[in-house]
Amino acid sequence: MNRFDYVRAASVAEAVAAWVPGASFLAGGTNLLDLMKGDIVRPSRLIDITRIPGLDSIEPLADGGLRIGALVRNSDLARDRHVSGTYPALAEALLSGASGQLRNAATTAGNAMQRTRCAYFYDPASACNKRDPGAGCDARGGDTRLHAVLGWSAHCIATNPSDFCVPLAALDAVVEIAGRSGTREVALEAFHTLPGDHPETETVLEEGEMILAVRLPPEAAGFAAHSRYLKVRERTSYAFAVVSAAASLRLAQGRIAEARLALGGVAAKPWRAREAERLLIGRLPDAAAWTECAAAALSGAHPSGDNDFKIDLARRLVATAFARAAAGTPDRLPALPASPFAVPVVSSGVHAFA
Amino acid sequence: MPDTIPTALPAALPALAPGHVRHGSSIGQPLTRRDGALKVTGAARFAADNHPPGMLHAVMAVASIAHGRVQSLDIAAARAHPGVVEVMTSSNAPKLARHPDQTGQPFTYKLDLLQDDRVRYANQPIAVVIAETLEAATEGALLLRPTYAAEPSSTSLDQAERFVPDTVGVGSPPNETSGDVAAGLADADSRIEATYDTAPQYHNAMEPHAVVARWDGDRLFLDTPSQGLSMAQARIAGLFGIDAADIHIESPFLGGGFGSKGAVWAPQVLGIMAARLVGRPVKLVTRREQMFGPVGHRAPTRQTLRLGADRDGHLTAVDHHTLTASSTFDDFFEPSGRVSHTLYETPNLRTTHEAVRLDTGTPFFMRAPGEASGSAALESAVDELAEACGMDPLAFRIANYAEQEPKSGKPFTSKKLRDCYARGAERFGWASRPLQPRTLRDEAGLLVGWGMGTASFPALMMQATARATLHADGTGLIELGAHDMGQGAWTAFAQIGADGLGLDAAAVELRIGNSALPNAGMAGGSAHTATAGSAIHDAATAAIRALADLATGDERSALFGAGNQGVVARDGRLHRKDDEQRSERYADILARAGRASLSADGKAAPNAANQAQYAAHAHGAVFAEVKIHPTLGQIRVTRLVGAFAAGAIINPRLVTSQYYGGMIWGVSFALHEHALHDPRTGRVMNANFAEYRVPVNADIPDMEAILVEEDDPYVNALGVKGVGEIGITGTVGAIANAVWHATGIRVRRLPITLERLL
Repeated sequence: MNRFDYVRAASVAEAVAAWVPGASFLAGGTNLLDLMKGDIVRPSRLIDITRIPGLDSIEPLADGGLRIGALVRNSDLARDRHVSGTYPALAEALLSGASGQLRNAATTAGNAMQRTRCAYFYDPASACNKRDPGAGCDARGGDTRLHAVLGWSAHCIATNPSDFCVPLAALDAVVEIAGRSGTREVALEAFHTLPGDHPETETVLEEGEMILAVRLPPEAAGFAAHSRYLKVRERTSYAFAVVSAAASLRLAQGRIAEARLALGGVAAKPWRAREAERLLIGRLPDAAAWTECAAAALSGAHPSGDNDFKIDLARRLVATAFARAAAGTPDRLPALPASPFAVPVVSSGVHAFA
Repeated sequence: MPDTIPTALPAALPALAPGHVRHGSSIGQPLTRRDGALKVTGAARFAADNHPPGMLHAVMAVASIAHGRVQSLDIAAARAHPGVVEVMTSSNAPKLARHPDQTGQPFTYKLDLLQDDRVRYANQPIAVVIAETLEAATEGALLLRPTYAAEPSSTSLDQAERFVPDTVGVGSPPNETSGDVAAGLADADSRIEATYDTAPQYHNAMEPHAVVARWDGDRLFLDTPSQGLSMAQARIAGLFGIDAADIHIESPFLGGGFGSKGAVWAPQVLGIMAARLVGRPVKLVTRREQMFGPVGHRAPTRQTLRLGADRDGHLTAVDHHTLTASSTFDDFFEPSGRVSHTLYETPNLRTTHEAVRLDTGTPFFMRAPGEASGSAALESAVDELAEACGMDPLAFRIANYAEQEPKSGKPFTSKKLRDCYARGAERFGWASRPLQPRTLRDEAGLLVGWGMGTASFPALMMQATARATLHADGTGLIELGAHDMGQGAWTAFAQIGADGLGLDAAAVELRIGNSALPNAGMAGGSAHTATAGSAIHDAATAAIRALADLATGDERSALFGAGNQGVVARDGRLHRKDDEQRSERYADILARAGRASLSADGKAAPNAANQAQYAAHAHGAVFAEVKIHPTLGQIRVTRLVGAFAAGAIINPRLVTSQYYGGMIWGVSFALHEHALHDPRTGRVMNANFAEYRVPVNADIPDMEAILVEEDDPYVNALGVKGVGEIGITGTVGAIANAVWHATGIRVRRLPITLERLL
């Protein structure tokens, strides 16, 4: 790890003022410190924002929305009764990410800022346009099993690894941003950018800007009864999604009044599938609807390598997630949040024969 | 570790358990670990916990190419970094007394020790930065920014030319045939041919290879984890041209070994070289990603099995072909076919091995080398043939039960495999398993599958020595350079010593884990408890005999004249065997003889006569249940029941833990572990614990290990077989077979991944 300046900011104004080119803001550090140890990033200065007062609260807003401070820990947010009761997919997504220890340290803002898990990004000896613009992309033609199937470009096929941001995108969350010239807001859906010709740019944050909070609009509470996050992964915890989906429904008179769908693990950003959502409006919540919706959600998908299975898997996942959402949010968080398996490893030894 | 161990001394072990041992006073008790409190409180001192005064930190820079040469290193940049003391490269590394490619002794492999600029595999050490702090050394290593002249590399079985190795495993012939396999297959009423791939795996003990090295003239003091202290001494002595007796190694605890600490590897020797170069103590700890290359691994295999069976489900032929890999520069060939030599009765048996050379580090013994990968394929193939015969997989295995070892025709020293089958099946509920796949569902609609596999591992004996001492205060002492890798040597060896000395375990001090103690051989091949335990037993027996000689020859003793009748040692007293009322305290015997203590040496070695006559193996049966999401393909193992027969059990708590560990590794082998080499560069792209997946706690189901009683009068005086490796065998096949039973899909590429079930 390189030598760096360390600045502990006492206020947002101080933090923003302390920024210099090459600096990074430090919150939980669960990703940034690993990147520094791996020689992936070498910030000249770390601006520690964890002591700034006022950034660690979860505030229900007068309009029915919710404001989540940048420093709210993932585990605190997931276990907040209002959050898990009102935005169950959000809680499931949070609890399906990383490990208990990491969630205790990881923050709201840091989660949104985490970098891809592309192995070629993490390997300094590989060419990577994110690390070194113009260097090329060694992921292409390499091990691409878990790479993008949507929104990728010739220059980058990496995916965004966040679980948390997937339901945030589905629920129209808004990111509050502070910079030297004041504050601004951007929709979470627009916060992360697709690689295009500039995979080194991953968010719309300008240099020196930091996240203050993530806000959920009042409408997000309308899906509490029918919201699920479902994540396919290759072990039960401490694994990034092969594919994940946040599916939310508002039902009225037995029909779908409104639907929300976002996918994780498929693109450089949480992938909101608005066209697919619209197809569901007015439909009966049945298998045919889910199949059609799933097909639409993946209609633009192309394998970026040896990963075409992810497209089929994502379709299946969308259908399964909506079926579960339609069945109703469970009364309590599942023991294995977001898992295709509803219960932990137990077995009665007694089985029904199909 | 290995499946057969060549031994220099064909010494015979004198007969069986002498009469004075009363098994069960300590042996057989489920004592908790003597070192448990030290470990859970962090007080146990592992190698890297040592910080001698003046110690510097060393960090390796490793190659990012798999084949070629190092062209340049920015040594000036590294040296200029604050805190960096020295940079060791091929230009200034201490010259060695013996080139590290000069091997020759068993278990000695070629090492990359900065003797030149060539690169033979990715993650090969190419420089060492030595600094006042770990942070400075780490950054110094990054600042070297090497450049290379890279040459093409191969890291996959498909990328290189095949050949037949001279030997596989430890000196075993690559090709062995009995009977006529072609005829056997031709005669078969049912036959299958299937090819199974197993992935490259890298042992990743929690404790990476670490060394703290301190020179005092030509004397060398080391803290480093070792599964073979005397072999480590010999290897290091040869490299540095010093006397092995001048090398003192402390290795009281290993944070896991699994075979990888059976040899001294480059990182440890480089730490020693660095200490010599700078003239100060040096600590070098292998970084996690550096575990993927220079410290051994399990090579990939591709195994093709052709099996035939007659109308009644009796095997007519077993043909087991293995393709595996070694490095471009050294020989270690995973002997996957050998498991077929011992498991199922067949008149026609052929095992063949081929290999390729890859630009990887040299593979090495990794928990059940050969047996783990071989069992995965054989147990899957047997399941396929049972299906082809329309038979229940357990019934098929019982129909082909080997009463003698199929390859050698020898009887077994003991074999309670039928009991393992019966008790495991009963506990699991196997009898209600439907024959057809994809017929079971649980209440949530998940696919359910049940599979099984037979477990086996050779019961080996190596060589060891030990010393037993009785003190006049009534306590005992057992000393030997044995190794606790986490398996529980600190506890089990004290139990063996206590019974041997006729003392309570609490009254016996055990000293193990350093090279000054009597040579206890190696902890490998699941043979450490059998071998070192036998040496302890022998030493204790000799100590008691010497004590008895003091007493029975002394008119003043209550035991006078008991000579021919013998004595029984119990609770710190010797009793006349013919009249147990007549006894005397050890303390009194020693006091009267004017002795503060009495010591005796013991040893253990393979019994050549028994080995010529008998085949010795531990056996078991593993039953697995998996659940699979019908549309998403995600897999979970939901139950595992293993029943194992492995001779006498020194400590059932520790043995159960060994079985659990092996079965958990079986889950990992079947569903998770896979080192991904980029085909273009040869680098392992998932050399970290996030992406080189091993199971987490939540992946591990309810497990049960049934300890089947087995009395073995031949394997050694204690009747002990090994338990360290057998658990991984059987389990992999059981899980793969359960996946088929759940889905109807045979996935013949391990680990099984969900896309193959969509």
